[in-house]
Amino acid sequence: MADQLIVVSGVQKRYGRKRVLSGVELTVEQGCVMALLGANGAGKSTLMRIISGLAKPDRGDVVLGGISLRQTGHELRRYIGLVTHAPLLYDNLNAWENLLFFARLYDIQEPEPRIEAVLHAVDLWPRRRDPVRTFSRGMIQRLAIARAILHEPPVLLLDEPDTGLDPLSAEMLASLIRSMGAANRAILLTTHNLERARLWADSVSLLKDGKIAFCAPAANLKEGDLRRLVLETDGDE
Amino acid sequence: MATTATKSKPVPWRAVDIVQLVLGVIVVVVSALIMWAALMYARPASNLAGDEQLAQRIFYIHMGCNIGALAGFLVSMIGSIIYLVTRKLDWDRVAQASIEAGLVFGLGTVVTGMFWAKPTWNTYWTWDPRLTTSTITVLVYIAYLLLRNGIDNRNSRARYGSIYAILAFLSVPLTFFSARWFRSIHPVVFGNENPDAQGGFDILGGSMQQTLTVSLIGFCVLFSVLVIMRWRQLRMEDDLAELREDLA
Amino acid sequence: MRSEVSVPLPPVSMRTGGGLGAFLRKVWAVAEKDLRAELRGREVFSTMTVFSALAVIIFGMAFDLRVPKAEMVAPGVLWVIILFAGVLGLNRSFGAEMDRGTLPALLLAPMDRSAIYFGKVIANLFFTLGAAAVILIVMFFIFDVDLLQPLILLAAALGTLGYVSVGTIFAALTASVRARESLLPILLLPVMVPVFMAGVALTAGILDGKSFDDVRTWLGMLVAFDLIFLVVAYLLFDLILEEV
Repeated sequence: MADQLIVVSGVQKRYGRKRVLSGVELTVEQGCVMALLGANGAGKSTLMRIISGLAKPDRGDVVLGGISLRQTGHELRRYIGLVTHAPLLYDNLNAWENLLFFARLYDIQEPEPRIEAVLHAVDLWPRRRDPVRTFSRGMIQRLAIARAILHEPPVLLLDEPDTGLDPLSAEMLASLIRSMGAANRAILLTTHNLERARLWADSVSLLKDGKIAFCAPAANLKEGDLRRLVLETDGDE
Repeated sequence: MATTATKSKPVPWRAVDIVQLVLGVIVVVVSALIMWAALMYARPASNLAGDEQLAQRIFYIHMGCNIGALAGFLVSMIGSIIYLVTRKLDWDRVAQASIEAGLVFGLGTVVTGMFWAKPTWNTYWTWDPRLTTSTITVLVYIAYLLLRNGIDNRNSRARYGSIYAILAFLSVPLTFFSARWFRSIHPVVFGNENPDAQGGFDILGGSMQQTLTVSLIGFCVLFSVLVIMRWRQLRMEDDLAELREDLA
Repeated sequence: MRSEVSVPLPPVSMRTGGGLGAFLRKVWAVAEKDLRAELRGREVFSTMTVFSALAVIIFGMAFDLRVPKAEMVAPGVLWVIILFAGVLGLNRSFGAEMDRGTLPALLLAPMDRSAIYFGKVIANLFFTLGAAAVILIVMFFIFDVDLLQPLILLAAALGTLGYVSVGTIFAALTASVRARESLLPILLLPVMVPVFMAGVALTAGILDGKSFDDVRTWLGMLVAFDLIFLVVAYLLFDLILEEV
């Protein structure tokens, strides 16, 4: 039985009086890609921020690879990679310098060969000396993914990574996700695109009213199933 | 949202309202006592004359404001530190309330100081250590309130306010010492004689001493009551804000 | 363009734990990144230095013919300009990270958050010392006052260090607040009064020909300020970036 790399239990989060998450339970196993769906404002980004350690839950816990986020200092962050729709890259520096900076922050030994390989993997090697300022949206997102996998984290969190991507970049993203999943990582991604969720992921879950309303293997769902399910649970709006 | 019209009933008094009323009465009495003592009971300073002699009476109010400002400083420091440790918003409210009260008394110190300075030293302003420190402290208070004003998230507001308060208040004693190493013409009423001081008066026999004591204690009471009332107000403001969010 | 990832990625080896050496490396990584980004963008350092030169000139014009000896106003002018020029640079240290949304990237890294603080203090120190150097040099010519004496330079360096330690943490505080550009000087200047007074008194003392012993207390005040605030800022910094 594969290890459960991401375990979210009973996570609650309020902003002011508004309860955004009210008891989220989620598990992602090693080698598994899970797609998290939900309406705008359902709390997907909040949940991602909590799992990555950027925000603290009011209640509940997140356990990554058997270690609780509450109990560790900063070392656990080493094993997490995050891609958000904000690129988290420095405009004025070029691609190479951006990755070198993060390599230093993650204590990567002899980073140059690794950076080179990662840049090749996202097909940005020819543009490595160009400032990020000059990149297109798709290129920026690819570099952001490169940054997220640079330190080979076992846990990869992708928050709407495909928003605004051209189809070719999206295809590259898909194959990266597939290979990362094959390499025994646990990948949690959020997206608005139901079709991509079904095709890219091994299992699909839905965040609604602050809880996981639905979770099933993607293989069991046929085209149109997902749409029906999402609409159904949205039906009372 | 439909509501049925009802004849509005008077809101019943709770224990805390009664306490507040009693405190308010005490404050009125104490303030009257201070004013009587300062203006009528205290004997005029024997070594001064004319305008200067009259102006000397500001001293009692000036010292009272001073202690109020000092109380504001200390209580808000303590409130901020305790908030950061316990994260209970009530302590943050105490800190904010003391800073607001401290601001009022701080301004009072500076203004009464100026009214005293003009007849005594023929200038409204001097850069002596006490006045400088009071002024800088007032500026720190204003900065604190402006900072809080720009933050919407309640917890961030409390956290950032507390952090600023602690850092800024650490600098105030340093400001005092720095200002002291410059020349001072502020009369040193207590402690070592400053050879450059002008306008000091022979202390502090009988009635003057008593008036001073009344003033110091009275201003402490005034400070406490102000903080308690403001703290209640802040609590209600927060509750109101939460209710608004719920209904939005 | 490949659509299948077939390049094998070499295994990565990260050094975990690491202690002080790793911490310092990260501090330097943050500092170097800020310096390099500024070198590329040239947004802030140029404005600071041009502002400094302009301010000296304007003060020079303001006091021309009214002040018998330039030494009388030079210490005050020097420190006022350092304070105001410094604010320009401090705003940028967290402002850019907030605006471009890169702050979470720093927060995700496996390091003590104080490394971010010290890294930015170092970067800000570079910028502000550079501005201070420009001020001193331009004043040397416009005010015709010999400010380039060792003790004055030492005071400027110590004062700038104190300024930047407090300024960096206040910049972090105001980064997410409305009207942060105008708020930062309002927060910062009252707290900088001890440094300001010590700097002016020391500079004036040296210009007046006082000996080292006479100005010792002021030097002590600068050192005390620097130590106290570096330590306290380090302790409190974590609390600021708790939630972003």
